[in-house]
Amino acid sequence: MNLIQEILIQNNLITAFVFVGLIVYLSYYLSDKFTNGRFHGSAIAIILGLIFAYIAGVFTNGEKGVSDIAILSGVGLLGGSMLRDFAIVATAYGAKFSDLRSSGFVGIFSLFFGVVLSFTLGALIAIAFGYEDPKSITTIGAGTVTFVVGPISGSAIGANSEVIALSIAAGLVKSILVMTITPLVAKRIGLNNPKSAMVFGGLMGTNSGVAAGLAAVDPKLVPYGAMTATFYTAVGCLIVPSILFFLVDLLF
Amino acid sequence: MVIYGIALLGICTLIGLIIGKFLGSLFGIDANVGGIGIAMFLLMYCSSSLNTKLKIGDVSEKGITFWSMIYIPIVVAMAAKQNVIGALDGGLMAIVAGIVVVVVSFLFIPIITNYKKDR
Repeated sequence: MNLIQEILIQNNLITAFVFVGLIVYLSYYLSDKFTNGRFHGSAIAIILGLIFAYIAGVFTNGEKGVSDIAILSGVGLLGGSMLRDFAIVATAYGAKFSDLRSSGFVGIFSLFFGVVLSFTLGALIAIAFGYEDPKSITTIGAGTVTFVVGPISGSAIGANSEVIALSIAAGLVKSILVMTITPLVAKRIGLNNPKSAMVFGGLMGTNSGVAAGLAAVDPKLVPYGAMTATFYTAVGCLIVPSILFFLVDLLF
Repeated sequence: MVIYGIALLGICTLIGLIIGKFLGSLFGIDANVGGIGIAMFLLMYCSSSLNTKLKIGDVSEKGITFWSMIYIPIVVAMAAKQNVIGALDGGLMAIVAGIVVVVVSFLFIPIITNYKKDR
């Protein structure tokens, strides 16, 4: 038993391939058998991944899902930012410049609109829950932009660590919701062409959420959504601790 | 050679990330500003001009398409390493904030997408 474990840990990336392969296989089986393929296999696989991450978190008290379990540490590498970014860039191969150009303006508009919209909603909810100082309101608003913008803005303007942790949690909830809800509502909101995918990326912004959500809808749309989403966190980091904090500070 | 495709993909990714990091430091933030987006632009440019000028060949192309196909399994692995407990433990406010933001943003997608068509 120890011997097997040792091999699995030493070859952790290969173990991760097998682990993910099994999840995907199971997901497509479930999709076929119980939903007639209507609920996409990759959407089920992502949800299963999140469930496993939850279970792993309960047992290990860690923050990195299943990759906190020694034999599954390779999942952390496989799902880490290096390979994720590499694969996202690869999806651009074959995407059309003309599609980008025709929806370039609306993509940029949705980017700024998305950051301000998320921030405003987050800030309003913070106020509704009784926060009164501008630093906390801004930080929680920043968290609903993405879980990266939250801590960056929070530490830039000197919010306390409890509020920063809350902002990360709000961003995580957003990211996970985008992953799971997108395939369910895609049809209703017309998310089936490059233009709406760019708007989607610009409005949601959470890289992992957008990437996973679009992958489950139609992998061909991934590059368009990822293209705008990749600028979202940067726009958030730029305008939240500066202009938006200034505005909140004026109002409170 | 399949490695040519992988190497080309690598070059685009690295150049993009370097420019993104540089832009970040220009604005004084410790984040990659659009690096992936720039890398994607580069690869799109290469893929449209490669077929006409530089021929990398079908096999080399597979080095790129493999990575774009392995994308979904990578996303599944990414989901499996999320801090799901952290998200749920953040308390009611974090959950409410997340839900409201996502729902409202979804409502705006068709509005913004169709805006120009309506005029």
